[in-house]
Amino acid sequence: MSDEQKALVQIRDLHFSRGSKNIFRGLTVDIPRGKVTTILGPSGTGKTTLLKMIGGQLPASKGTIHVDGLEVGKLKRRELYELRKRLGMLFQSGALLTDLSVFENIAFPLREHTRLPESLISHLVLMRLHAVGLRGARDLSPSELSGGMARRAALARALVFDPMMIMYDEPFTGQDPISMGILLELIKTVNGALGLTSLMVSHDLNEALSISDYAVIISEGVVVEAGSPEQLRTSDSEWVQQFLQGKPDGPVPFQAAAPDYETELLGGVRS
Amino acid sequence: MIDLVQRFGLFWLNILASLGRASMFLAQMVTALPSLLKRPSLTVRELYSTGVKTLSIILVSGLFVGMVLALQGYNILIDFGQENRTGTLVALTLVRELGPVVAGLLFAGRAGSAMTAEIGLMKATEQLSGLEMMAVDPFKRVYAPRFLAGCLSLPMLAAMFSAIGAFGGYLLSVEVLGVDASAYWSLMQSSVSFTSDVGNGLVKGAVFGFVVTWIAIFQGAECIPTSEGVSSATTRTVVYSSLAILALDFLLTAIMF
Amino acid sequence: MNSRAIQVLVGLFMLLFILAMLVLALRVSNLTSLSGGESYSLVAKFENIGGLKEGASVAASGVRVGEVSSIEYDAGTFEAIVNLSIDAKFNSFPLDTSASIYTAGLLGEQYIGLEPGAEIDALVDSDEIDQTQSAIVLERLIGQVLFSRSGED
Repeated sequence: MSDEQKALVQIRDLHFSRGSKNIFRGLTVDIPRGKVTTILGPSGTGKTTLLKMIGGQLPASKGTIHVDGLEVGKLKRRELYELRKRLGMLFQSGALLTDLSVFENIAFPLREHTRLPESLISHLVLMRLHAVGLRGARDLSPSELSGGMARRAALARALVFDPMMIMYDEPFTGQDPISMGILLELIKTVNGALGLTSLMVSHDLNEALSISDYAVIISEGVVVEAGSPEQLRTSDSEWVQQFLQGKPDGPVPFQAAAPDYETELLGGVRS
Repeated sequence: MIDLVQRFGLFWLNILASLGRASMFLAQMVTALPSLLKRPSLTVRELYSTGVKTLSIILVSGLFVGMVLALQGYNILIDFGQENRTGTLVALTLVRELGPVVAGLLFAGRAGSAMTAEIGLMKATEQLSGLEMMAVDPFKRVYAPRFLAGCLSLPMLAAMFSAIGAFGGYLLSVEVLGVDASAYWSLMQSSVSFTSDVGNGLVKGAVFGFVVTWIAIFQGAECIPTSEGVSSATTRTVVYSSLAILALDFLLTAIMF
Repeated sequence: MNSRAIQVLVGLFMLLFILAMLVLALRVSNLTSLSGGESYSLVAKFENIGGLKEGASVAASGVRVGEVSSIEYDAGTFEAIVNLSIDAKFNSFPLDTSASIYTAGLLGEQYIGLEPGAEIDALVDSDEIDQTQSAIVLERLIGQVLFSRSGED
């Protein structure tokens, strides 16, 4: 298999801006098939935006994104919808539909896109619920779930069609250690057991890297470094080291750009 | 000075742009309507939210408005010796104007704002994004059912408002003020035409329902997905809807009557 | 709220709407008098129709038998042409029936009153009522009074 076929998602020279801010300035990266990949980077670098662009929700101003050989930007509405059925997305808050129960939420894609009989739908839903450990919560409404449980439910929903890739948007934010552990375990297991590709966007470095096979660091709209977690940890770049170790000062300075401190203090006193 | 002119021009351009987006949104909603036939349960649910839930305020307000009309009308008509015509006054005012307009304003405040808030919240909690990523068209599943429900609900609520108002007027005129019951109803009946008065009232209700629902759904879908954004979108719905109802009422009245 | 309850409530809502429409149709408006039955039309020409409007009642002996379906102006004879739509069950108005414009009450709306004549044959569809009396125009009446008074002086 050639290198190109190994990558499920190929991003080439991606440009995107929102208002006056340039979010991506020529981003190029390959997301390997069948592996867990994490996208890291400082806040506001557009990591969530990237996921949305892969899913075709936002158009690029320049550059291309190929998912499983299909160029996302050129797909017509129907083809885009077909592609989305093969992708699963886990939003930060779970994005469960608030007017449906947990069971109904997971059954939702099945009911919308297929005409399977009720008994079969029930089987499929219960299987997924069991996989994420929420079979007992099936009749609760989303507002009754804790954050961690909501995410697990959303994961069950994302898995319902056995997608080829699942994208996770900040799955670990604000989770207690046990929930975090559960999610980590789930993501890893699900990826291995179903042969999926998993693409995570996260701030929780160490947790995310602990289960990742591949990691990409994005900053200032381009890829700064990419490789396995091991490769990143032994990287020469001072910037990468500051980032990975969470050092408060380094190439990314502590003080935001501001006029000279002494002048500003004294200037205030004088007038 | 130039800055003022620039900002003024920009203001109007923004309004045009909003109108343009709103129109494209409407077109997408309308094309999604046929899909509702396959699954009526969505529309039924929305009819409950917009229609049934607004019923109580409509009925209570209708009763009171009818009674006030009778009271004030009687006071004015009695100077001309025409107090028997109170029924006519109440009925025509309600059926032609107050029924659709007041019901419309109440609808905008209660059902319209609720719709905007609900959709805005769905946007803020990424549910709309989630639907798109699950290859479900939010227009078919979220917007169109609400639109249809709103267009149907308002004329129905307006009719109910007028009916209960006429009854309220009857209660006050006949039981309290002593107007002759048969005179109240018979004079009313001879001056209210079903086709032109009641019919036009229904048409107004339908037009208002169309516009208010359109504004409510669009504002929700367009809002900034923060709590402040949802709140200002909701306010905008009520304000724009109210203004639209009053302006359209003038236009429709001029055309119809 | 389960969906069954919702469906019931929405059904109730629809029912209330139908009820409201019935109230509006039967109690509030003039629908009851709009007979779904057949009607035939007669023509009457007037010199002055006063405030007569389309849709105004046509009555005989005070009972409503039809309505004014349209009002036109004949520029040739300088008269108003009023088309009456009469309920088909009242089909025995004699040929010499007369039509006059009356006012309901002192300040009421104007309507057409039919007075039957003595002929044996009846008016049929598209016939013209020959004898008509125009509406009383207040200004003319005052003018007449003044004129006759000044004549006395």
